Amino acid sequence: MSESSGVTTVDVGSRAAPARAIPQIRWRISTVLDVVQETPATRTLVLDVPEWPGHRAGQHVDVRLTAEDGYRTERSYSIASPPEDAHVALTVERLDDGEVSPYLTDELRAGDRLELRGPIGGYFVWSVAQGGPLLLVAGGSGIVPLMAMLRHRELALANADDNARYGIPARLLYSSRRWDDVIYRDTLQRMAERDPTLEVTFTITREPPEGWTGFRRRIDRMMLAEVTWPPPERPHVFVCGPTPLVESAAAALVQLGHDPARVKTERFGPTGGRG
Amino acid sequence: MSNGTDVTREVPHDRPMAGEELADALRLDGNAAAGILSEIFLPDLTSARATCAGCGAGRPVGALLAYAHGMGIVVRCPACDCVVLRAARTPTRIWLDMRGAASIAVGVTT
Repeated sequence: MSESSGVTTVDVGSRAAPARAIPQIRWRISTVLDVVQETPATRTLVLDVPEWPGHRAGQHVDVRLTAEDGYRTERSYSIASPPEDAHVALTVERLDDGEVSPYLTDELRAGDRLELRGPIGGYFVWSVAQGGPLLLVAGGSGIVPLMAMLRHRELALANADDNARYGIPARLLYSSRRWDDVIYRDTLQRMAERDPTLEVTFTITREPPEGWTGFRRRIDRMMLAEVTWPPPERPHVFVCGPTPLVESAAAALVQLGHDPARVKTERFGPTGGRG
Repeated sequence: MSNGTDVTREVPHDRPMAGEELADALRLDGNAAAGILSEIFLPDLTSARATCAGCGAGRPVGALLAYAHGMGIVVRCPACDCVVLRAARTPTRIWLDMRGAASIAVGVTT
């Protein structure tokens, strides 16, 4: 560290990094156990990660691909599986002009290896220990880290009494373009059916299914006011999706009176998805 | 940039964008800096509270605004737009500039 100029600059030689034993951030070679098609554009990769230290719902991993000529590129992907699972699941959206995602969604097969590091990030995380209510707002593949929270909540409360369950109610507002683009659609519907303290609301902005009576517009303040708890209930709010959706939803929630410190956001970029 | 590492997210788009619109669309959360920061700091820095040297506002690093570029990431204060920290990667080093953070408070378990 150089302090002579009064400017604090830390310069860390990356070649020295392996010598510093920091187990949670080192690159690991995982093995693909299973590949599940979720929607036409998204697949879930179920990974066996050796010595996985465990994670919290909402965290992500960095995936690194190395080409034969040594060119390397990294992308971040949210973890879809709950901390209770032994394996790590990533749900990846295919971006046609992406450098990484077409490889992950089209090429990768069970038995293949994938280099990753994580879990990463301690800000956009939730566990039942933090309590509720829990309000989740997702756009497109922004559902992925929120799904880890819902799965964690369901498993952690599986043996809880009604008091505990009703003490941590959860609501999800999830925006998709088409009904067929709704990631985890059947799973979410089943979760809501068997849990009276979970409410799932879909809004379908472009092609709703026939006979659709639900929301069919982008998430706005009126929709949020309808779905969310009143601010005095102090819900923990997590918003994840494309940058414009996240920013308009977070601004609307603050306008409705929610404490900005309790509205946590994760922006994915212009139209959603991570490489 | 052979041998370099590109720590960004892929940017999907329906149509070409430029200038301010592109900058707006590329905006991420401080969360996006978690990976590169975890190579330097043992505790997770995105849940640490940063005080902006420009305006004095304090927030978790994860709640700041991040702009990812080919070589690294620039993290700005959402209140005054000052640069709070910058991290960049070269083939041999990670370079970190934190002069925009008056302080960083890291939670510890006792």
